[in-house]
Amino acid sequence: MSAKIVTITSGKGGVGKTTATANIGVALASTGEHVVCIDADIGLRNLDVIMGLENRIVYDFVDVVEGRCKLRQAMIRDKRLDTLFLIPAAQTRDKTAVSPKDMVRLTDELRQEYDWVLIDSPAGIERGFRNAIAPADLVLIITNPEVSAVRDADRIIGLIEAEEKGPGKLVLNRVKPEMVRRGDMLGTEDVLDVLAIDLIGIVPEDESVIVATNQGIPVAMDANSKAGRAFHNIAHRLKGEDVPFADLGGGDGFFGRISRMMRAGGES
Amino acid sequence: MNFFQKVGMGRSRSAESAKERLQLVLIHDRAGISPGKLETLKDDLINVISKHIEIESDAVEITLTKERDQHRLVADIPLAPTRKRRHSIS
Repeated sequence: MSAKIVTITSGKGGVGKTTATANIGVALASTGEHVVCIDADIGLRNLDVIMGLENRIVYDFVDVVEGRCKLRQAMIRDKRLDTLFLIPAAQTRDKTAVSPKDMVRLTDELRQEYDWVLIDSPAGIERGFRNAIAPADLVLIITNPEVSAVRDADRIIGLIEAEEKGPGKLVLNRVKPEMVRRGDMLGTEDVLDVLAIDLIGIVPEDESVIVATNQGIPVAMDANSKAGRAFHNIAHRLKGEDVPFADLGGGDGFFGRISRMMRAGGES
Repeated sequence: MNFFQKVGMGRSRSAESAKERLQLVLIHDRAGISPGKLETLKDDLINVISKHIEIESDAVEITLTKERDQHRLVADIPLAPTRKRRHSIS
């Protein structure tokens, strides 16, 4: 095996990086892939609670970097999917506890034994972001159909290209098809027009995500939920499969109109 | 209908303004020139050009535009009305 290292980032906070990381991890692992999710948000860890693994943390990523434990000892196996692992971030340290070189060295150790290493980047464009993209083979940029999130995504796309990690692929998260349809939310076409980047997923706003987060069960564990299905589609596209994009109200022309008439919303 | 929809003259199409605003702000972001910097540039330009030609300072417009991948600085500098110019020369 030789793992593909995928960093999930956004610039702006709160657009769904951690949720996307957990759910893409779940979706990949549920097809039998061996996946390690790394929380690179040192000092503000959250991937553990989203995955529902917060009670099983003994060692964290900084413990590995500073040699207090082996990489293997910091890996927590998921409760439901036995090919899914989490390496949690340290909660009482800051971003300077890890360097881009550490990230490259430790993820290289994982390459041999796993298929995917997903890195959950912190918000911002500083050290934590630079650590997170250092080892990436592919960068996924998460954004929401809002002016501020798209603007920050554009900045991130520029930085990723400057680091020669580009061009990256876009996940448009928290789309409300009904608002797009009535012209009160940027649609997929609008966002792609502005950012000029390849799309890898469209995730509809879905209350199940909040319910799932409350319970510490990533929404993709339920492949029938609207958001869950969208994350499974992203996983399939990452594996190189051709999965058509659902129209979430933003498409024009004949097919857009037909699918708007037929669909209640959400990727199918 | 809420306040923001009323602002849009009863026809709510706020996604359009979102897109237009985004496109404008990204032109500035990508070129690394803030609207304030552009204002300063405009004032400097007016000063320099005014040394040579009489212009309508208040009507000068400096804008950043983007066509495909080419960013462009566009200056629209109207000259002072001809009659006034003749007068000032004489």
